Amino acid sequence: MRYAETGYILEVDLSQGNIEKVPTDPKWAELFLGGLGTNVKILWDRVGPEVEPFSPDNLLIFSPGLLEGTSAIGANRTIISAGVSPQTSLMAFSMMGGFLGPELKHAGYDKVVIRGKSPDLVYLWINNDKVEIRDASHLRGKGALETAHLIREELNEPKAQVAAIGLAGENRVYFASVEHFRSSASRLGLGAIMGDKGLKAIAVRGTKDIYIAQPAKFFELCDEVLKYIEWREKNPIKGVPAILATIGAPQEMKLTDESWHTTSFAWGHARQRRKDFWNEEIEKKWTEIHEKAIKRLLSCYNCPVRCGAIIAYPALELPTYMMKCYTKLTYVMAAMADNLEFGYKIAGKAHDYGIDGFTAPQVMAFAIELYEAGILTDKDLPGFPSTNEERFFYLLEKIVRREGIGDVLANGVYWAARQIGRGAEEFDHNTTKKHEQMVIKLGMLNPIYFLMYGTGEKANITQIEGQIPQAPLPKEYREEFIKDWIQVPTRYAERFKQFILEWGDEGKVFPFWPPIDLVCELVEWQETMHYIDDSTGICAGLSSFPIKPPYHIHNLPLFISAATGLDIDEDTLWEIARRIRNFVRAYNVRRGLRRQDDYPPKDHWRKRFPEYEEKLLDSYYEFKGWNKEGIPTKKTLEKLGLDYVAEDLIKRGILKDEEVSSRETLAETEKK
Amino acid sequence: MAKKKVKVIKINADECNGCRACEAFCAAFHADPQYSSVNPARARIRVIHDPIRNVFLPVLAGPHTEVECMARDKYIIDGKEYNECAFCRATACPSREEFKDPDSGLPLKCDACETEPPLEEPICVKVCLVDALTYEEREEEAEEAEKLDELEVGLESLVDKYGMDKVMDTLARITISKKG
Repeated sequence: MRYAETGYILEVDLSQGNIEKVPTDPKWAELFLGGLGTNVKILWDRVGPEVEPFSPDNLLIFSPGLLEGTSAIGANRTIISAGVSPQTSLMAFSMMGGFLGPELKHAGYDKVVIRGKSPDLVYLWINNDKVEIRDASHLRGKGALETAHLIREELNEPKAQVAAIGLAGENRVYFASVEHFRSSASRLGLGAIMGDKGLKAIAVRGTKDIYIAQPAKFFELCDEVLKYIEWREKNPIKGVPAILATIGAPQEMKLTDESWHTTSFAWGHARQRRKDFWNEEIEKKWTEIHEKAIKRLLSCYNCPVRCGAIIAYPALELPTYMMKCYTKLTYVMAAMADNLEFGYKIAGKAHDYGIDGFTAPQVMAFAIELYEAGILTDKDLPGFPSTNEERFFYLLEKIVRREGIGDVLANGVYWAARQIGRGAEEFDHNTTKKHEQMVIKLGMLNPIYFLMYGTGEKANITQIEGQIPQAPLPKEYREEFIKDWIQVPTRYAERFKQFILEWGDEGKVFPFWPPIDLVCELVEWQETMHYIDDSTGICAGLSSFPIKPPYHIHNLPLFISAATGLDIDEDTLWEIARRIRNFVRAYNVRRGLRRQDDYPPKDHWRKRFPEYEEKLLDSYYEFKGWNKEGIPTKKTLEKLGLDYVAEDLIKRGILKDEEVSSRETLAETEKK
Repeated sequence: MAKKKVKVIKINADECNGCRACEAFCAAFHADPQYSSVNPARARIRVIHDPIRNVFLPVLAGPHTEVECMARDKYIIDGKEYNECAFCRATACPSREEFKDPDSGLPLKCDACETEPPLEEPICVKVCLVDALTYEEREEEAEEAEKLDELEVGLESLVDKYGMDKVMDTLARITISKKG
């Protein structure tokens, strides 16, 4: 009997209409956990570097994590991966909360792997062992939420969980999302891949058991996490902005104080901060609108934290929809609109069309900049309205239909700038790895974020950062902060606590403090916790993202061990996360990722230190066991049991057999 | 007069966040051995979950029924339309799939998690941190008179069927044999 996992993958070939239930290797959980970890293994084995994003050989994987289907609190993410993103040409991965992941496990599958392309628009109906590819031609052009509703009605199965694409995905918009419930897997164009495969939706109903290896122990762990959540919600972190003091995603559906986001992040096309934006008048107006719009706070499966909300009020003139987090503001800020109602209205439409609420507003703001600079004209934008709010609605409709200039803009800022030419490239200032980044324009270089933005492959800083405050704590709170900071990893515990105590003191400020080795360790910790979550399916909102979360490197190994029966401790789990991280990097390296791609946008910070930045990158690569080009060395890969990966990279001439990172050279010399 | 314990799981649907933790933990608690498997389809509590209509309704599995109702009900409250038979707690009703074991079809009934030693509150209540489910216990006077009535009804029907003499004779015989 398999514990925590089902032991099966559902393989669907949309070209052939073939469906197979395939047993998995029992060793996988021990090596890669599940979710992202096992996704990258499959992608490495089956999607070569020659595969194009819209090739039938590109794979699309829907995967719950290892702990999903157990009663682990907040284990509900669906990790969606594709071999090739249309935007970056690297691996596409994004994830979403909700109910789909657990339902898939109960239907009896650890993942659904989709290959090929359907000649007609279809949807997949997984009802335990009965799996059908069904006609979706009547759903063409329908919104994502409406599609979910229609499918449940058609199947007469109100309990089916549905993930669907909207018009944007059908039209292969490069930043199209996959939508489910209040959640979206938005980044890197997974919706476009789904649309290209002719797959409108997947619907799942599962009524099977998931077994727990050590039931009593596992329940005790769940109980401890629940108790901690209850305590933590009553004890916000002192000395950080309200929005960062709690757990979950930023509680923007619950809280009305938006001073932090509106004054820290850049408005327009990631251009300018408005440090004095938040005032009493705005607060009053926005609070009123917020309270009218939000009907109820929502949670994902088996989680008490209410990060989402039902949005409905007559002024929106829209069907009811659901939202979470920062999408409330991305359109408002990009459009330089001081009107929150506009934000709710356009986000509702955008959700139904299924596009990334992070990238889309930047693309629209970019188009407006080009228009104002005379690079795009009335010929490109016939009937272009005069206000930014109207322009955003105009552009939304053009983009999701790929109509006129929308066909170009639908490829994202990087590609659109190059297709438009005439100097448009100059306006592409906020992308890394051809993907729109967080809208920050700050003063002093932040060495920790420099490495996270630069080297992270997840194209979303919120899926890399977490655990530490974003600015030094006021002195009076530091001692108290470290007193119960149980989340720090054993290997770095004392150093991280010292960091919190000293950060902000005289001379202990960015960019040259903290020392580079500490910078590397802090980055590694933050990223490691996310890679674990992406593979267990635990929501980052309870784990890797907030400060002092309920899940951490000390209890996660216990959860995994009690659920699966494997014997996993802190060091083993760290090693597994490192294996997955290096595997993702190697996969992307095989697709062409190099050092030149590992830089954050040039104007992220005003004060830059090119030499120091090179040193940061060199040191981080060494720390990771990567060579000067950011490629994991043979030794690094072999140590992680990824010999076959090293061999492949050597055979392709990407990696040299004898190549070692400088850190390895040093270690060798010391030994001698 | 004897006392009896009345257990009430109070459901505040307005506070429900739709997370279905109650379902997951109910199923795990009732697994054999306890917590050895998880499967919300085996839960004795269900959350009717329809966010677009803002319908969030936890329903506890109640008594067993073998026949469906002659007319089904459908409620609209404060403009929200609930599913057919939404509030019905009957288990194993032939009209629907609710509260049936997914494998055997056997009825699943809420037992308020009675175990030895007893829980402080049923598991669904314990894991509901948003307080959509809360628990109350109270003591009620048990109506002993009712039991006597039952006995009377039974004896009367026996007298009707066999006649007073035969019943008296039998009672006397039983009395002797019990004493003997």
